[in-house]
Amino acid sequence: MNALLDLDGLTKAYPGVVANDDVSFSIQEGEVHALLGENGAGKSTLVKMIYGLVKPDSGTMQLRGSSFAPPEPRAARASGVAMVFQHFSLFEALDVAENIALGMENPPAMRELAARITEVSQNYGLPLDPSRLVGELSAGERQRVEIIRCLLQNPKLLIMDEPTSVLTPQEVEILFKTLETLKSEGTSILYISHKLEEIRRLCDSATILRLGKKVATCNPREETAKAMAEMMVGSTLHQPERKPHKTQEVALQLHDLTLPAQSAFGTTLKNISFSVQKGEILGIGGVAGNGQDELTAALSGEALSDAGAIEMHGKPIGQMGPNARREIGLLAAPEERLGHAAAPDMSLIENALLTGDIRKGLSRRGFLNWPKAKAFAENVIAEFDVRTPGPGNAARALSGGNLQKFVIGREILQAPEVLVINQPTWGVDAAAAADIRQALLDLAANGAALVVISQDLDELMEISDRFAALNEGRLTEPVPAFGLSVEQIGLMMGGAHDLEAVQ
Amino acid sequence: MDLSSISPTLLIASLMVAATPILLAAIGELIVEKAGVLNLGVEGMMITGAICGFAIAVETGSPVIGFIAAAAGGALLSLIFGVLTQYLLSNQVATGLALTLFGLGLSSLMGQSYVGIKPPQTNKLDIPVLSDIPVLGPILFNHDIMVYFALALVVLVWLGLNRTRAGLVLRAVGENHDAAHALGYKVIRVRLLAIMFGGACAGLGGAYLSLIRVPQWTEGMTAGAGWIALAIVVFGAWRPFRVLLGAYLFGGVTVLQLNLQAAGLAIPVEYLSMSPYLITIAVLVVMSAKRGRTSLAAPASLGRIFHASQ
Repeated sequence: MNALLDLDGLTKAYPGVVANDDVSFSIQEGEVHALLGENGAGKSTLVKMIYGLVKPDSGTMQLRGSSFAPPEPRAARASGVAMVFQHFSLFEALDVAENIALGMENPPAMRELAARITEVSQNYGLPLDPSRLVGELSAGERQRVEIIRCLLQNPKLLIMDEPTSVLTPQEVEILFKTLETLKSEGTSILYISHKLEEIRRLCDSATILRLGKKVATCNPREETAKAMAEMMVGSTLHQPERKPHKTQEVALQLHDLTLPAQSAFGTTLKNISFSVQKGEILGIGGVAGNGQDELTAALSGEALSDAGAIEMHGKPIGQMGPNARREIGLLAAPEERLGHAAAPDMSLIENALLTGDIRKGLSRRGFLNWPKAKAFAENVIAEFDVRTPGPGNAARALSGGNLQKFVIGREILQAPEVLVINQPTWGVDAAAAADIRQALLDLAANGAALVVISQDLDELMEISDRFAALNEGRLTEPVPAFGLSVEQIGLMMGGAHDLEAVQ
Repeated sequence: MDLSSISPTLLIASLMVAATPILLAAIGELIVEKAGVLNLGVEGMMITGAICGFAIAVETGSPVIGFIAAAAGGALLSLIFGVLTQYLLSNQVATGLALTLFGLGLSSLMGQSYVGIKPPQTNKLDIPVLSDIPVLGPILFNHDIMVYFALALVVLVWLGLNRTRAGLVLRAVGENHDAAHALGYKVIRVRLLAIMFGGACAGLGGAYLSLIRVPQWTEGMTAGAGWIALAIVVFGAWRPFRVLLGAYLFGGVTVLQLNLQAAGLAIPVEYLSMSPYLITIAVLVVMSAKRGRTSLAAPASLGRIFHASQ
């Protein structure tokens, strides 16, 4: 077999982080090549360089033996590289045929195009009605629009960025059949995913990235999922020296929490059950987009569920809104700092008021107690070492790590009984991250129950008493985090729902 | 009260005349909004077109040159809005309102020496044979050319939006400017052209008022016609033929209530005067309420500032 695309020493650095460090591998003609890695491993940057969205700092690419350096996506498309994006670039109010025509350089007349869409979509087992509005289509059907837009250009290399993350299992099945047909016709596919079983089933070879570096290229059919998980996560996961947690009273309990997706791209939470005891930290891992945001919303009260699905100290709270939950001691810090956890253009004092009003009594009869709010904000700033000129500064002006410290400090200083945190140290530098983790451990030591949702496995291993993984809206059975091996974690994240099956 | 003094034939014929300025302005604004730009300066562009057209027609003695000048004047004024909102990223609502105020002021300045003058007459197209048909003849075939031009423009806009590549790109830009940019379309250029088209149409609508409907120049003579055009675009759910219907409905009720006032109907004049606004909006709301998908009708990027940051 000849190489279709050769990557040689590709390096791309952004301020403060090397996204890709000397990455080299080849994609053969007619093969499905997997690109594996955790979040932040540099998969997206690498693919953007191939598609002409990002220019490499150094390194070269060769397409069928000739030099390939697309300055823009249009040039990459002209050379036969097509890409299906993770977040679709479609026009909802236009119909399928119009959407496809907009993505083509020289589209035929509409009637002819509609006929070709019908023909191609039938041939590849992706039925699509060209006259339907994209806004009415399901996520899977929208992806078909993008795939067919690519296929009509006869690509040599099709890049798919996490194509199954928004699909139902049935739609995944259909997609795989299509990809196998394409492969048999000689099209190469670069397939990005975290899902090990999918890759073992579909791909001929796999390149694994970790922290921007290539770890290995292997044949996924010959490797076990366990071995690949180890390569992906790294075998150097920190093993925390934590004593097993002493059994105490249950603070928060979920019974079969099921919540339909709130938006078209949301995840449906399915039968989530767990309990957290006082003084315990439950770590929830999993790949982004498997229900983390939805679970945070359900716990914080932003999304209401059946009253009995969530119980705190034995009382049903599923129908309570965020303020009612704050009143009884359940606080939450969502993932998105600017715009969700904090209002960007409001000062830190105002932001402290927004969640701290109820528990800290920062207002009286509808009037704000400004000095008290200022004192509370100053307290957060001092206790959590938030670097800012003063509490009057806008939240937007703080760096990510400092704002994160402020957001978490604001909740912790309200003395929560249950604290839910999504991505506590995302985008935060190492020193600040260590401070935040220590604060969480201290909070648990004082008897609060914590649910920490994160994609950073090292972090979860360091602070959790028990660990569970979210996968497509389902939660695995929580298991003691102490002594959990890398391969067990990888398999929990990859969708093996019963740990027994692993052992 | 004598209702027999109202002739249905004359009523319908004058309805078409009354509706034409609003129709012209509305169909232009429809294109602007379909490209994702909200230009609230229609009133200002209309009245600028009215004085530009009037002045040039008086100076040259030719209404046709007057109309061309009106279109040019409206487009030029809209270009100020275009540069401010597309290149300097100013707020579209505030800039549009400012444009209206600017247009009103500019037109009174320009029109100072034209008050009380009669413009050259625009001839009616007396289409032979057809205009002699009883009833239908005077209603349909005995108008000036701008009435037919406005109707043709509606059809052309519909065809252009739905049947051409340019129309598809225009709609794509208005729906999702980031995706359109990612696919390689020139969002700002498309929007500037749309804004200028809207300005030219508004200018024509204004000149129709000063050269044909009234016909003379008075300060502030558009009297809110631009705002009605804006409302008709929204309530007409951004569809050309529904905009046509809205404009004719408004024109019809306006003419009817004037006739009723003349006939001495025992209803306070204020109620009659407000009736065109109320009825037009009520009818269009009821029509668009029936369709469940009206939320999809508004261009998704309408009024949002586009900046190609990648």
